[in-house]
Amino acid sequence: MSPKQANETRDVYIVDGKRTPFLKAKGKPGPFLASDLAVAAARPLLLKNSFDLAELDEVIVGCVMPTADEANIARVIALRLGIPHSVPAWTVQRNCASGMQALDCAFQNIQHGKAELILAGGTEAMSRAPILHNDSMVNWLSKFMSARTVTSKLSAFTKLRPAHLTPIIALVRGLSDPIVGLSMGQTTEEIAYRFGINREQMDAFSVTSHQRLGAATDNGYLNEIEAVYDNAGAFFDFDDGIRRDSSIPNLAKLKPYFDRKYGMVTPGNSAQITDGAAMLLLASEDAVKKYNLPILAKITDSEWAGCDPSQMGLGPAHAMAPIMKRNKLAISDVDNWEINEAFAGQVLGVLEAWKDTDYCKNDLGLDKALGEIPHDKLNIDGGGVSLGHPVGASGARIVLHLANTLKRNKGKRGIASLCIGGGQGGAMMIEAP
Amino acid sequence: MSYKNWTVEKDDEDICWLHLDVVDSSTNILRSDVLDELDDVINDLVQSLPAGIVFVSDKSNGFIAGADIKEFTEITTTEAAREMLLRGHSVMNKIESLPCTTVAMIDGFCLGGGMELALACTYRIMCDNKSTRVGLPEVKLGIHPGYGGSVRSIQKAGPMAAMNAMLTGRLLQGRAAKKMGLVDDLVPKRQLKRAARYFVINRPAKRQLALKDKIMNHRFVRPFIANQMRKQVAKKASKQHYPAPYQLIDLWQSHMDNPRRMLEKEIESVASLVTNDTARNLVRVFFLQEELKTQGNKKDFKASHIHVIGGGVMGGDIAAWCALRGFRVTVQDQKPEALAGTMKRSMDMFKKKFKKDKRSIREAMDRLIPDTSGIGVDQADLIIEAIFEDKDVKQSLYKDIEPRMKEDAILATNTSSIPLEELATCLSKPDRLVGIHFFNPVALMPLVEIVRGENTSEETMKKSLAFGRQIDKLPLPVKSSPGFLVNRILMPYLMEAVEMVGEGIAPEMIDKAALQFGMPMGPIELADTVGLDVCKSVAVILSGGDTLDLPKKMQVMVDNGKLGKKTGEGFYKWSKGRPIKDKKATYGNLQELQDRMIMRFLNEATACKREQVVEGDGLIDAGIIFGTGFAPFRGGPLHYIQAQGVSEVSARLAQLNERYGDRFKADEAWSSL
Repeated sequence: MSPKQANETRDVYIVDGKRTPFLKAKGKPGPFLASDLAVAAARPLLLKNSFDLAELDEVIVGCVMPTADEANIARVIALRLGIPHSVPAWTVQRNCASGMQALDCAFQNIQHGKAELILAGGTEAMSRAPILHNDSMVNWLSKFMSARTVTSKLSAFTKLRPAHLTPIIALVRGLSDPIVGLSMGQTTEEIAYRFGINREQMDAFSVTSHQRLGAATDNGYLNEIEAVYDNAGAFFDFDDGIRRDSSIPNLAKLKPYFDRKYGMVTPGNSAQITDGAAMLLLASEDAVKKYNLPILAKITDSEWAGCDPSQMGLGPAHAMAPIMKRNKLAISDVDNWEINEAFAGQVLGVLEAWKDTDYCKNDLGLDKALGEIPHDKLNIDGGGVSLGHPVGASGARIVLHLANTLKRNKGKRGIASLCIGGGQGGAMMIEAP
Repeated sequence: MSYKNWTVEKDDEDICWLHLDVVDSSTNILRSDVLDELDDVINDLVQSLPAGIVFVSDKSNGFIAGADIKEFTEITTTEAAREMLLRGHSVMNKIESLPCTTVAMIDGFCLGGGMELALACTYRIMCDNKSTRVGLPEVKLGIHPGYGGSVRSIQKAGPMAAMNAMLTGRLLQGRAAKKMGLVDDLVPKRQLKRAARYFVINRPAKRQLALKDKIMNHRFVRPFIANQMRKQVAKKASKQHYPAPYQLIDLWQSHMDNPRRMLEKEIESVASLVTNDTARNLVRVFFLQEELKTQGNKKDFKASHIHVIGGGVMGGDIAAWCALRGFRVTVQDQKPEALAGTMKRSMDMFKKKFKKDKRSIREAMDRLIPDTSGIGVDQADLIIEAIFEDKDVKQSLYKDIEPRMKEDAILATNTSSIPLEELATCLSKPDRLVGIHFFNPVALMPLVEIVRGENTSEETMKKSLAFGRQIDKLPLPVKSSPGFLVNRILMPYLMEAVEMVGEGIAPEMIDKAALQFGMPMGPIELADTVGLDVCKSVAVILSGGDTLDLPKKMQVMVDNGKLGKKTGEGFYKWSKGRPIKDKKATYGNLQELQDRMIMRFLNEATACKREQVVEGDGLIDAGIIFGTGFAPFRGGPLHYIQAQGVSEVSARLAQLNERYGDRFKADEAWSSL
């Protein structure tokens, strides 16, 4: 059943937002927990926009893999921010779109009059994804712990085998589809195969991503970044996954990672494993007036859609199409696009899908092709390939950055969208206030 | 039976809950009438012995704070002291030998005599909240435990832990107290009563001392351990100035084999200490500290957010300290490098304070917000400016932030050299400018000077003094005059020391002379630590610019970039944060050196009294003791002059005046002392 349009809906505003720099994982746990990052992003946000914190209606945070000490991480973050006990907080998980899901929940609750003021966003410390024991180890541990006498303990101990020690890397499992058995990279290989996208196109797209992030950093377009400080005297104030020396010949040297040997998707044309958080403040018109808050943008529509899990990267094509249709928009009506770069090949696939009459008719239920999203309006300040994709945070980041982009370029309308592991897409439309 | 201070409540399990609520006192103290009455209570209870007695406080702020220190000051003879101590001993012994189980249920502080009462019980259980602390801090008042605590604490916790607690006088949190065996269990408040009942009904086996403790308590081993302890104590306090810790060590060494005898000797030892000058002066310092605390009333200022501008060592440490004390703090600096340093230093401070309590460390770090753009200004209830000493830069900063400040926010400057009146000229509301002058290192220095400028309003003063208390410092209201109190008094003393170096006297000897007087650090080492450039600039300000009589030696050092600890060389060479001192240095007449430095100190204190830099002699002494560390056992400079005799001291000053010239010219106020 498709959701009915609510009888009476209210305007929902993005007041402001902040994010941490996106910090590339260095192969060991990074300096920050997911909750540390969200706290660091939200503290200045709450300070800058002053109201009594008890006036917040709720805190909603998207996060895919919090650590064992961060159950319902949204509540952990809220209390660490000094938000009063009386303000409830909940965590949402829709894989790669968790941050956008948090914004959408906030959007709908305000739109329908259930809330006035919500702190929402996403966070992820992928470098701290857990490493788990396998089943045989867990069974062995349980026997060992229940052994009461010294002899039974010894006897249990002798049953420990090297195979027990093989760990389960949660991150690797999380980035594999449990239904179709493909890794996320392989789903992109599927898309490339379907639309005939080649390695050179993927690498060229990736070089552009790095170049654009470099230019945005140098031009001071990333003032949404709030520097973060660790406890050992270091600070981080830019997205450190950037490769300013990125070039097609350099990228061509990398070996395919997911379809080894014959594939095209490499670490160089995929999103990086990264830690980061983005937090936004959403408000109703009443709240904006009451607390004299600034307005950055207005959220006007959102959509979630399902697609084939083995081509999950096409999710944005499915999620953005209904928004276009519902709002009777042509591609030229949209000033800026943010399509999360999980993989260069997957974003290129989305563009191909919209140009493809068959796909638009058969898979998107449209009567003709939507057309071509111009490259110079898409991810104009870089994306996941250059600044990384902390899964819980990216959805919130692209909406925040899109809002800042519209403001900077005096644009009217923008759409942000992501693909979601498991075969889904999420999209959100925002407009200048 | 009904009593004034005690209430007996018996429950249906025949447990007697003995409540203490001392009349006419906000805290429970063991006043003599309270002890006498306790004696009666116990005599009455023995008539029909209950299953157990649980000591409970009815005051919300704590269990028992200790003996009544006011009663102390009224004791003038050793005889009277002995009598008072005997009374305490007799009650404690009676509690200890009761045939039924006794339990002290400790919720909130339990100190000194209160702890000694708890130690006389069969068991002690303690609440695990942060405000509950136990300790035997008598040594800070120049005595040692005198109601049997020295014996019983060693019996319960072993000689190393117990002696360490008594010799330092430090207060212990639950985990430490439980670990060393001073208390038998540590429970959340919700379990306290049931735990007390459990101990009465089940009488669990008492903790035995570890073999290690038994060995250390052995009479063949004690002399060695005692010598080690003496060496440790000597690093902090000399036997001549602070006899109490030494007598405590002697007591243990000589009598631990016979607890009865040790209890009797404890009385003798404390009786001899109570009436000597050190104890009297330390008690005076205790009351001066209480007086400083009353300068600010915490209720006068409702603040939740503090904004500190300046991420240097001073600003950063002020910010960290405020966050530690529970405020939300933004610390502003344009340079993220500076803020990164601040965050690291703060982490180090919190780790020291909270030890392994990781949640408290994280809470403090979460409250401390680095701020490169000044977003904290708009929400702050108090802004503390701690940038470098430049009037124009400060003023342009003030002009920038004043329009953004909250209506009732206070603007405080940590300046030590620029008059508030000059800074205030750029403000549209100069009445809310105040000086809040911290000392380095912030975490260790207890005093803050609250500087009243000409324009500072009464309201601003009141709030600032309240803030001083809220961050658990001792706030001293001072007049806005050059150097305020502490720097002004320190400077002539430092300059005299530098002058002596110029005369060719070894710095080591000068410092030694000061240490012998009882100063916590020698003046030359202090100058090196503070930085010679800073000393010079303070000296310049104090001289008013025209009559500057800076010792030549100082100027030469500054010109050569030898600024002290921070450059690795000043009067001393520094290595790993410590000065390298020549142990072979000698000088014939240390007394002369000492007199030259101290006389200038005393002369300046007298001038401050005349100029009313601080109101009241007591507060001058208090400020100087807590601001400069001036030998506490001497009771403060003004008190010291009186104790030595005004005529003797001024005669010595006159001698020095003749020999060394005008800098020893007696202030006109001497004639009216």
